[in-house]
Amino acid sequence: MAVAEKRIFRIEIDERLCKGCSLCVDFCPTNVLTMDGNLVAVKELDACNGCQLCDNRCPDFAIQVFEE
Amino acid sequence: MGASCVTTGVLTLQSRFLRSRGNDMAGNKKKFMQGNEACTEGALYAGCRFYAGYPITPSTEVMEICGARLPKIGGSFIQMEDEIASICAIVGASLGGLKAMTATSGPGFSLMQEGLGFACMTEVPCVIVNVMRSGPSTGFPTGPSQSDVMQAKWGTHGDHPAIVLTPASVEELFHETVRAFNLSELYRTPVILLYDEIIGHMREAVTIPAPGEIEVVARRAPTGSPAEYKPYDAKGGDIAPLAAYGDGYRFHVTGLYHAADGFPTNNTQLIEEACIRLLRKIDDNKERIWKNEEYYLDDAEVGIFAYGVSAKSAKFAVRELRKKGIKAGLLRPLTMWPFPDRAVEELAGRVKAIIVPEMNMGQIVYEVERAAHGKCEVKGLFRVDTEPIKPVQIIECITGNGSKPSSPGSRMAEMMVERDMLDG
Amino acid sequence: MSTPAEEIKPLAKKKKKTPFNYSPYVRGGKLPHIWCPGCGHGIVLKCLLRAIHTTGLAKDDIAMVSGIGCSSRTPGYVDFNTLHTLHGRALAYATGLKLAKPRLKVIVTTGDGDALAIGGNHFIHACRRNMDMTILVYNNAVYGMTSGQASPTTPQGKISTTSRNGSIEPPFDTCTLAQAAGATFVARGTAYHFQELEKVIYEAIMHKGTSVVDIIDACPTYYGRFNKYKSPTEMMEKIEKEGTVSVKQADKLSPEELAGKLLRGVLHKSDRPEYCSEYQKLMTKVQAK
Repeated sequence: MAVAEKRIFRIEIDERLCKGCSLCVDFCPTNVLTMDGNLVAVKELDACNGCQLCDNRCPDFAIQVFEE
Repeated sequence: MGASCVTTGVLTLQSRFLRSRGNDMAGNKKKFMQGNEACTEGALYAGCRFYAGYPITPSTEVMEICGARLPKIGGSFIQMEDEIASICAIVGASLGGLKAMTATSGPGFSLMQEGLGFACMTEVPCVIVNVMRSGPSTGFPTGPSQSDVMQAKWGTHGDHPAIVLTPASVEELFHETVRAFNLSELYRTPVILLYDEIIGHMREAVTIPAPGEIEVVARRAPTGSPAEYKPYDAKGGDIAPLAAYGDGYRFHVTGLYHAADGFPTNNTQLIEEACIRLLRKIDDNKERIWKNEEYYLDDAEVGIFAYGVSAKSAKFAVRELRKKGIKAGLLRPLTMWPFPDRAVEELAGRVKAIIVPEMNMGQIVYEVERAAHGKCEVKGLFRVDTEPIKPVQIIECITGNGSKPSSPGSRMAEMMVERDMLDG
Repeated sequence: MSTPAEEIKPLAKKKKKTPFNYSPYVRGGKLPHIWCPGCGHGIVLKCLLRAIHTTGLAKDDIAMVSGIGCSSRTPGYVDFNTLHTLHGRALAYATGLKLAKPRLKVIVTTGDGDALAIGGNHFIHACRRNMDMTILVYNNAVYGMTSGQASPTTPQGKISTTSRNGSIEPPFDTCTLAQAAGATFVARGTAYHFQELEKVIYEAIMHKGTSVVDIIDACPTYYGRFNKYKSPTEMMEKIEKEGTVSVKQADKLSPEELAGKLLRGVLHKSDRPEYCSEYQKLMTKVQAK
């Protein structure tokens, strides 16, 4: 039996904490994120593979990735 | 006739007999010890269980004796790499819950100033001993002076509270060390124990009190829930209890201006309130912190304001002057800071002049002058050749014969003077 | 032919990815922290918290001590016993605290200036004594808090407010200094290599003795701008990723390839008597007399 499954991720951005350094945007391997003014925003949620590199690169506790 | 209010009383035949057997009137063992040793004994009696220090003449014995005694009673001792490390280490240890002390002399005391300020700002109890030597700079390391008395109050930058004690005999040094620890705990502030090399190195008889005989103030533990604990909560008397790290209260300590919860603030109103509170902590309690000895002061017409070893000479001078019919009296501060303004002003209102003999080029004399508010003449008598001020100098200063440095021809008379001074 | 319903077993579900929960360790209401956008200190803090979590130590048993500087703001944000002291003196306070209460796990967050300039004397003596504590040197090669002066780890030629034409001073190597002074666990990590860093911090904490971790991280606001780095990302790539090489990799490289690169990983580990244990032994000995 073949199964195709899509993992769904929820990205939480705390706008109060994000300082717009763009480390998460630059290091995201699948270009999920973008800068929207001085804050990070999700550009392409479907591309997210849950690697959490954005969280690990973020100095400000501002972004976290949860699996649904 | 104006007997001493603080020091030991008149010796009777019976007490002389007991003294010669090595016991005092109560049967307690009398020990013949050096000032620095008495300081250590006082510290241990007060519950000091941490010492960090650095060797420096003439304070080194305090460290060496602590190093020998502390491990035996479960206390911690460490020789640090410099005096700065020493003052920092004792504050760290105090935050870990131990009563802590360090001892040094002028050059080391200068190094400790920043750390002292930190202890003032963070309100961490600790005792810092400064056995004063001739300065400035390296000076004359084995010679005494009283030239750090202003530094003890003003040495560290910023407006800060200061409690400085100035004992004048070996036995008094024991008791004042206990008082230093007590004041430190009561007011959550570092206390400086300031004496000169002569007091530090001379040997006198000391009766070590039995445990419980003199009061030892224990550190107040917080009672509320850890979640609500505020280490700098000014409610209910301005002084919050200080928890120890690791005992269930996780709190923050910083030298930055901070709010009641200990965290840094840039709120100008809180900063002002904190600064004022730190000073008021001592100022509001100065009556409890002041301690003076009044020696033949009741009917005095000329006053002497003296501390430390100079006070020993002053006492002898008072007795000699009285024999000559001159009504001299001594006001001797055991607490130098906060300065005994009230006692000085009261005395100034009654006497023609106050003489201030001190082993420096004039420091406390200006405080006496200030506190006298012009009510009498204030005159200094200074000596900085590392020899103590002789009673004859104080006498001559008051009788108007002019103060002369001691001459070789009067050696015999001086020796007799010194021997009698030991019984004082 | 379809399978009967009762025979269909559900496929084993993969464990759901969850991010690390920092909340238990971060004091409420203290974030956002004061560090600049792109500053590595926040990343280092997260590695530190994850490492602490792995140790399983109770929060009451951890004391975090710091000096003055950006690194030294760390303790204010975390829910442990925290002590923010004087510039360069964290190790002296830590020594007193640890000796007074040996059961506390003492972690020191200090900086390249704080630990190696003004604090240099305390640094070498702490390493010498081998008292059980973990010294984390947040090494961004600059005095950030005071706006960008050169520090003892600023590489030669780099610009700072006190070396506007390029520093002429050779820098310290934190790790060789620590090892020479006697530290029994010496390691280096970077904010870029966050997994390695977390691991090395964990090992440093678990090591019984003086542990020193030199942590290369970036100051984009001063060092970065003065030395023409375009972004925090570029600093991470150039200084932390390309500027370091792991101990394993280094074995395979020639001296020319290694030139100018800092070694990453555990650089030294040895076993020497720990100070507090030795003091305990001393007490037992003198009390038995």
